[in-house]
Amino acid sequence: MLSDKDRIFTNLYGAHDWHLAGARARGAWDNTKAILDRGPDGIIDEMKKSGLRGRGGAGFPTGLKWSFMPKEVKDRPHYLIVNADESEPGTCKDRDILRHDPHLFIEGCLVAGFAMRANAGYIYVRGEFYNEAQNLIAAIREAYEAGLLGKNACGSGWDFDLYVHRGAGAYICGEETALLESLEGKKGMPRLKPPFPAGAGLYGCPSTVNNVESIAVAPTILRRGAAWFAGIGRPNNTGTKLFCISGHVNKPCNVEEEMGIPLRELIDRHAGGVRGGWDNLLAVIPGGASVPLLPKSICDTVLMDFDSLRDQKSGLGTAAVIVMDKSTDLVKAIARLSYFYKHESCGQCTPCREGTGWMWRVMERMVTGNARIEEIDALEEVTRQVEGHTICALGDAAAWPIQGLIRHFRPEMERRIRARTEKLAAE
Amino acid sequence: MAMITADPKDVPKVEHFAFTPEYLAKAKALVANYPPGRQASAVIAVLDLAQRQQGWLPRVAMDEVAKLLDMAPIRVYEIATFYTMFQLKPRGKYLLQVCTTTPCWLRGSEAVMKACQHAADGETFSVQEVECLGGCVNAPVVQINDDFYEDLDEASINKVLDAFRRGETPKPGPQVDRQTSAPVGGATTLRSE
Repeated sequence: MLSDKDRIFTNLYGAHDWHLAGARARGAWDNTKAILDRGPDGIIDEMKKSGLRGRGGAGFPTGLKWSFMPKEVKDRPHYLIVNADESEPGTCKDRDILRHDPHLFIEGCLVAGFAMRANAGYIYVRGEFYNEAQNLIAAIREAYEAGLLGKNACGSGWDFDLYVHRGAGAYICGEETALLESLEGKKGMPRLKPPFPAGAGLYGCPSTVNNVESIAVAPTILRRGAAWFAGIGRPNNTGTKLFCISGHVNKPCNVEEEMGIPLRELIDRHAGGVRGGWDNLLAVIPGGASVPLLPKSICDTVLMDFDSLRDQKSGLGTAAVIVMDKSTDLVKAIARLSYFYKHESCGQCTPCREGTGWMWRVMERMVTGNARIEEIDALEEVTRQVEGHTICALGDAAAWPIQGLIRHFRPEMERRIRARTEKLAAE
Repeated sequence: MAMITADPKDVPKVEHFAFTPEYLAKAKALVANYPPGRQASAVIAVLDLAQRQQGWLPRVAMDEVAKLLDMAPIRVYEIATFYTMFQLKPRGKYLLQVCTTTPCWLRGSEAVMKACQHAADGETFSVQEVECLGGCVNAPVVQINDDFYEDLDEASINKVLDAFRRGETPKPGPQVDRQTSAPVGGATTLRSE
């Protein structure tokens, strides 16, 4: 188990003052100038060595991502963009960073912005997080007043401005290019890649989009050293991670733990165990709504990191652990996610716009067994036709939960169909 | 996909909309967050201001926003119908946005939704089903205007609604004894000072 001295988010639950004085007492903004004095390349090297993989879901190495930005600023300014459009069902970790540890995060924005040679950063906060955005705005104001942001930020000689941009309710804006469209004042419809944002992002300028957690851990990594971070967790899956444990546990909670912690230990130690005991577990969605669920047999031993979960044909995603006990109507739980994706599809690509609606309607029939057995195969086939055939990953995200359900719980789907058929025959 | 629409019969005719000086100043400050010529970036924020002033977004308000930001009105209508937080018809004093996505559903959002639907009279309360609000470890969650009410069940949402009816503002956040997203009964970590 991770010890408190290795935790980065020491005010995760808001037990202490989130303002500048409190944050400083916990170590934020401690000699930030010394970090910046290492120069962009020094910072990026250290981030690469730490092994940090992006915390927004895809797990792309953060240092490498920063290194894609042009090495010098030419005719177009560089932008740091932070994705605080946290809307993946099950996920509520960035919310705690924004409202309880905003200064750690703002310091990360300065460091990241400096490393990618950006003089300005935009933080895209989901519109529903109104109070969280207010805390963040207040903390940014404090940072400006203390000379930590703005002209000659932290006495580094680098100018850095940071702005909060609130969204207005659209899951798709968590997709990085949809987020850029939305930032430009358009509908949040993903762009084709290439060009990648590092080449042409916000206003056609070099931009890099990072998740809140990835940015917020950066100053601590740079202060304590890449070796410290890389020493936590497992190879290629290093560091600490915020986990969100929701659903049928005795004590749902957010917690910062070591990457690679066994799922069972995570649930038992921090969330008070599965409701009714471990043997009452039916399935877990380990990384937010988009990743395929895991049946109990896999949950018994699986480790919570990118590679372990990928090996089980699922994913760490945002590390949002949704627990479902044996009382759960699992088909309905997944059908509700299908509705979510149908609702949130931007409508740009035909396979997603039409496919998400089709899959949801079939899933609703699967809930009551109002289908034929062959339709399970047809449903699986359609998920394969949506997956990989759209501009962004929302189509994939809509397909995967259904694929996971069919992979692990097909007998239950068939049972419902047979039960209904027999009932109708008997009448 | 969700297209935000309103039945024309629910939309009263509003002839005129102008920002108050206070809201206009806020709008101009928001526009200043973006580089010159990129004022369209502020469209979501300025529409939000218009909605806060008016309570909802009549067409004339969108037109006013278009004028202020030098945008074609259709571009503003597109935004107002794409993002779910924009209200295209008048709503009650308190908007109950009930999350029913799987993590909330697993913890009993159906009963919470029923209680909210029962309370919705269109004047004090309006109700809207929303997708994941991002408070999943405090499920079920209802957002009431700007605040999240968390860890709800039928009894506690009714208590919250009753308090609003009495003109009070009940304390947002968890409606059970816990600190924000920490486990009930106290955190398992961060206990050493």
